Amino acid sequence: MADMRVKEPKGVKLDHISKIYKDPKTGKDFYAVHDVDLTIEPGTFVTLLGPSGCGKTTTLRMIAGFESPDEGEIYLGGEPINALTPNKRDTAMVFQSYALFPHYNVFDNVAYGLRLRKVPKEEIQRRVTEILALVELSGMEQRMTNQLSGGQQQRVALARALVVEPGVLLFDEPLSNLDAKLRVQMRTEIRRIQQALGITAIYVTHDQSEAMSISDNIILMKGGVIAQMGTPTEIYYRPNSEFVADFIGECNFLKGRISAVNPGEAVVNVNGHDVPVATEKAVKVGDEGEIVLRPEAIVIADEGLLPCKVELSCFMGSYQNYHVRVGDTLVKITDNCPINKKIFHVGDNACISFEKVCAHLL
Amino acid sequence: MARGQSAALDRKKLMADPIMMTTIVLLIAFLTLFILYPLAILLVDSLYGTNGLSMETFTRIFQMRTFRRSITNTLKVGFVVGIFSTLIGLLFAYVEVYVKMRKAVGGLFKVVSMLPVVSPPFVLSLSMIMLFGKAGLITRFVLGIYDNNIYGYWGIVIVQTLTFFPVCYMMLKGLLKNIDPSMEEASRDMGASRWKVFTTVTLPLLLPGLGNAFLVTFIESIADFANPMIIGGSYDTLATTIYLQITGAMDKQGAAAMAVVLLCITLAMFAVQKYYLERKTAATLTGKASRARMLIEDKSVTVPLTVLCSLAALFVIMMYICVPIGALFPTWGYKFTPLTFKWFEQVFTKYRGLQAFRDSFVLSLIASPITALLSMIISYLVVKRKFKAKGFIEAVSILAMAVPGTVLGVGYIRGFANGLFHTGFLSGIYGTALILIIVFVVRSLPTGTRSGISALRQIDKSIEESAYDMGADSLKVFTSVTLPLIKDSFLSGLVTAFVRSITAISAIILLVTPSYLLITVQINEFAEKGAYSIACAFASILILITYGAVLLMNVVIKYFGTSRKTKEAE
Repeated sequence: MADMRVKEPKGVKLDHISKIYKDPKTGKDFYAVHDVDLTIEPGTFVTLLGPSGCGKTTTLRMIAGFESPDEGEIYLGGEPINALTPNKRDTAMVFQSYALFPHYNVFDNVAYGLRLRKVPKEEIQRRVTEILALVELSGMEQRMTNQLSGGQQQRVALARALVVEPGVLLFDEPLSNLDAKLRVQMRTEIRRIQQALGITAIYVTHDQSEAMSISDNIILMKGGVIAQMGTPTEIYYRPNSEFVADFIGECNFLKGRISAVNPGEAVVNVNGHDVPVATEKAVKVGDEGEIVLRPEAIVIADEGLLPCKVELSCFMGSYQNYHVRVGDTLVKITDNCPINKKIFHVGDNACISFEKVCAHLL
Repeated sequence: MARGQSAALDRKKLMADPIMMTTIVLLIAFLTLFILYPLAILLVDSLYGTNGLSMETFTRIFQMRTFRRSITNTLKVGFVVGIFSTLIGLLFAYVEVYVKMRKAVGGLFKVVSMLPVVSPPFVLSLSMIMLFGKAGLITRFVLGIYDNNIYGYWGIVIVQTLTFFPVCYMMLKGLLKNIDPSMEEASRDMGASRWKVFTTVTLPLLLPGLGNAFLVTFIESIADFANPMIIGGSYDTLATTIYLQITGAMDKQGAAAMAVVLLCITLAMFAVQKYYLERKTAATLTGKASRARMLIEDKSVTVPLTVLCSLAALFVIMMYICVPIGALFPTWGYKFTPLTFKWFEQVFTKYRGLQAFRDSFVLSLIASPITALLSMIISYLVVKRKFKAKGFIEAVSILAMAVPGTVLGVGYIRGFANGLFHTGFLSGIYGTALILIIVFVVRSLPTGTRSGISALRQIDKSIEESAYDMGADSLKVFTSVTLPLIKDSFLSGLVTAFVRSITAISAIILLVTPSYLLITVQINEFAEKGAYSIACAFASILILITYGAVLLMNVVIKYFGTSRKTKEAE
């Protein structure tokens, strides 16, 4: 495997990139992407995540060269590439629809880019065979693409992009046409191959679990602008806004007022109960505070930090799903492995509590 | 907020792609020179006479009684033909989509829809005269009527209806298939009778489509030259009046003004059809049928409908068969036995048939690959690429659809006989084979482009993007991905262009010089002289050629087409 590492993974820099589109309904111009400024280190796996219409695909297509930015400059490996056509850019894209050439067999599909680069025949043979082995499609060379399953087509598309050893590998929601089980399998596969080759990858998706499981860094976008950048853990546990917190996973918000500030910690008074939360934020007593709590971080018991009333209790197999009322706020709890725990029923009074590092102050 | 940078970058990217750039420039030059310019010169010529800018020419032609009458004639015929064709087309389409029928009847339908495609435009006029004319087989020998006059209004209406209704049938069939059967079932379930379902659900959904079919036929009828020429007698339409104005009255300026009038009428109809009805059709019938339709099996409905349609279909087929058979009789209308090949012999011995077929064949053979390739390039640019001049290219190729052949012919005479803008520049191409080939190309381009566009729309855009992304330039993307994927459509475009060229007459009859003999022009000449047997002999050989071309295409597609490859793989 060692000899297959990409010779030169390239970094990508988006220098205050904007893209303006015309709204077909109103006829007015609007920013599809606005002032996106970021640097992607060589060899890292970065995901552009966001709801549909957030500008993530437009950003990706600008890097590939299919769209031209209206403001800003794109750099690939330190070189400005704004004026380059897609075929002159050192990028390779894996498309949502796979975009395999239906008139070629698997081998010819994968060899397409190498033939364009006038690579000698024996080398094409060798490299295609190698890459097909890497994506576990050995022996399928002569198949036509419509004889393959969705997952296999996906692998061909991946192999076709990988074989030209691009400076950057681009993915445009590559797994959205696969069924749920295959999706999980393929994303592990993509991550494995990316790490084995040490290639730079930029990946667009709207699926947060996919983004978290696959990336070194996540760039969460909303309405054309970056909402938050960071590692999956940072984004999940330390979101900078309600939107980010909610988009990245199921989430509870508890509102209160800061009653005390200690080093590395703030105490928030929720419904008359003091709740400690770990935070480095500069807050002062009397400020309004909003606590972000993941459902799996909450413990429900007879005793605890905040009293509550159970409104829904539902057995889900791997966990017990609760909806409880804390003051006026509905709080969702997933209580894992419920078989050896006390089960609360609708109407029961209980208490919730959580570790202070599991909570986050907005 | 300024979109300047992306526009500048897109321009830069285009400049970095010399093949694409050259293609676009050449294409624009071609479209401008051979479609826009001839039409523009018509307008200029009819407005700009010896006394400068004036409406003089228009005033003059509108004072001619013959011209005024030809306008009402044309509109009257077009309207009636439009209605008849749409109704018959609807009947056929409804029976095919809704009624359970025998396989043989389906076969009949297929033949009927194919016949107008492979036949020269005036075949039905010929057989109409031979069956129902003064010496007509049916009128004289079956019904015993000796002085039946089919020349004129009813002759044109019947012949054009029979020629154009298959087009309506094909259009409406496609629309009916797209109606979700569950809508009709819902109506039936709530207690509606079949007739009520048809009038309250099917018909309203189909209405824009019917309007569309009506206008398409209307335009075809107005633009038709060959049928009014042969069967119109003294009943002149705009197309024939313009032709006579040039060949008879030698009044080129008047003809130019008349051509402008004809063009305005077709353009107006075309605009309504294209920008209003087509959109409405798409808006009401977007859904795909969710599952198969329960066909009507009730004998009291199926039997009369099938019998009616079969009889109509058989009648049409008989009309077409009449032409080759007519060429075998010693003297049509007087002597029917023994059957003889003398007319076919005379085609070659007496009437320079070999030269006519060679000229027509070679010119069409040269024109068809150019047309096919050009229309694929235009479709590719229109569907897959974005650049500034795209709107222009699309608009002009669509415009060409609405231009009647006669108008184009007059435009070429005015535009090229004395060189560009009457300066003498480029006048060398007038009267040569080159201009005939160009006319063939321009006349078949719209059909080719339309089918090319619909073929390309089926192909996921990202397939080409992916080739582009892998490092292929525009030419490579087109040749290695686009063209192989639309091979079938390309092949059928090739054959359609060939068939359309070899059967073309309206524009070409104005431009052909004695150094070239074209079959269609010959047939027209003999038919006008009343030499129907020899005209039939010419037409029969022409039908053989076109039918042979279509058969060849089907074989080639079957064995080498893309659909075979993908089917094999399944």
